[in-house]
Amino acid sequence: MRAVAETLPAAHDDRIVAVRRVAIVPALNEAQTIAGVVEEIRAVDPGFEILVIDDGSTDDTPGQARGAGALVARLPYNVGIGGAVQTGYQYAQDHGFQVAVQIDGDGQHDPAELALLLEPIAADRADMVVGSRFLEAGDYRPSFARKLGIRLLARVVSLLVRQRITDPTSGFRAVNRRGIVLFAAEYPHDYPEAEANVVAYRRRLRVVEVPVVMRERSAGRSSITAARSFYYMVKVSLALFISVFRRYPVVEER
Amino acid sequence: MTPFRVSVFAAIGAILLLGVIFELIRSRRLQERYALLWLVTGLVLLVLAVWRNGLSLFSKTVGIAYPPSALFLVVGLFVLVVLLHYSTVISELAERNLMLAQRIALLEQKLGEDEPRGRDSA
Repeated sequence: MRAVAETLPAAHDDRIVAVRRVAIVPALNEAQTIAGVVEEIRAVDPGFEILVIDDGSTDDTPGQARGAGALVARLPYNVGIGGAVQTGYQYAQDHGFQVAVQIDGDGQHDPAELALLLEPIAADRADMVVGSRFLEAGDYRPSFARKLGIRLLARVVSLLVRQRITDPTSGFRAVNRRGIVLFAAEYPHDYPEAEANVVAYRRRLRVVEVPVVMRERSAGRSSITAARSFYYMVKVSLALFISVFRRYPVVEER
Repeated sequence: MTPFRVSVFAAIGAILLLGVIFELIRSRRLQERYALLWLVTGLVLLVLAVWRNGLSLFSKTVGIAYPPSALFLVVGLFVLVVLLHYSTVISELAERNLMLAQRIALLEQKLGEDEPRGRDSA
């Protein structure tokens, strides 16, 4: 898989080079890792505009990101990952970007795999591409409780969107203009990664998962600890159930 | 039948409530649109307190033996509706708050582009 990424760097794919593209990097207190993430994205594809969304960090995250050459949008207070990511999509919409990718600021997503995410969009096979840790056996080894939780969640989401989804909690994503416009207007706040699948399904976006390998977090902790997995599952299932019946505005490019 | 005292005190309570609501609106500490539900609550309480036959008829219809309990029930339901209404108001405010925060973040980012690195390092 890594070999594929290396033989097909995004920067060398003509269909990708031709479009304006932005990397949305949500970050909360990631001063240790953010500069590295920004530099890696630029190394993989210098054509990306990199926008770090600082979700109310109390450390030097915005300074580090700026130092690494990223644009930084600072939210005045912590709004949560969903609201932060949506800010990025709003930026992408306002500035006429054709493609947006979403990469966590904690370094768990490998920018080298961006090419894998972008390929289905370049080929116009998908409006949203999600990097999945579970499509192929990688070295990602979640705890038992967490693995069970993600599996169950994957089942629930798959049922709701009538398509096999293996990694509903992945925040490693690429969308085309349709996805940008949709998410700028309508992005879930409570459990954004899982619910975004439902929003995409409801608005008839074509969703494709591609296998990726996620790295251990080099700093910080996941927001989902093993002990909370079950409670999380109940809450997220409820939120998902409701999201199926929610009304969504029809947003298309004006 | 409702004991007479209950009716008197319920009516006094309703009038006090209406008076407080009116004063809050008058002094602009409460916007009319949020006061409407409270006004309705106070009026219904007043009507049921004064119109004793009406309360009896209502409690009989619903199957409540002791009419003052029906008074409680009605007031309780109205309070529930008011609370639910406030939950929707809070949700809407939170939504707008988020939109403002996102706008501010993007506007500040735009402003910051013109003046190369500053503000934060200061």
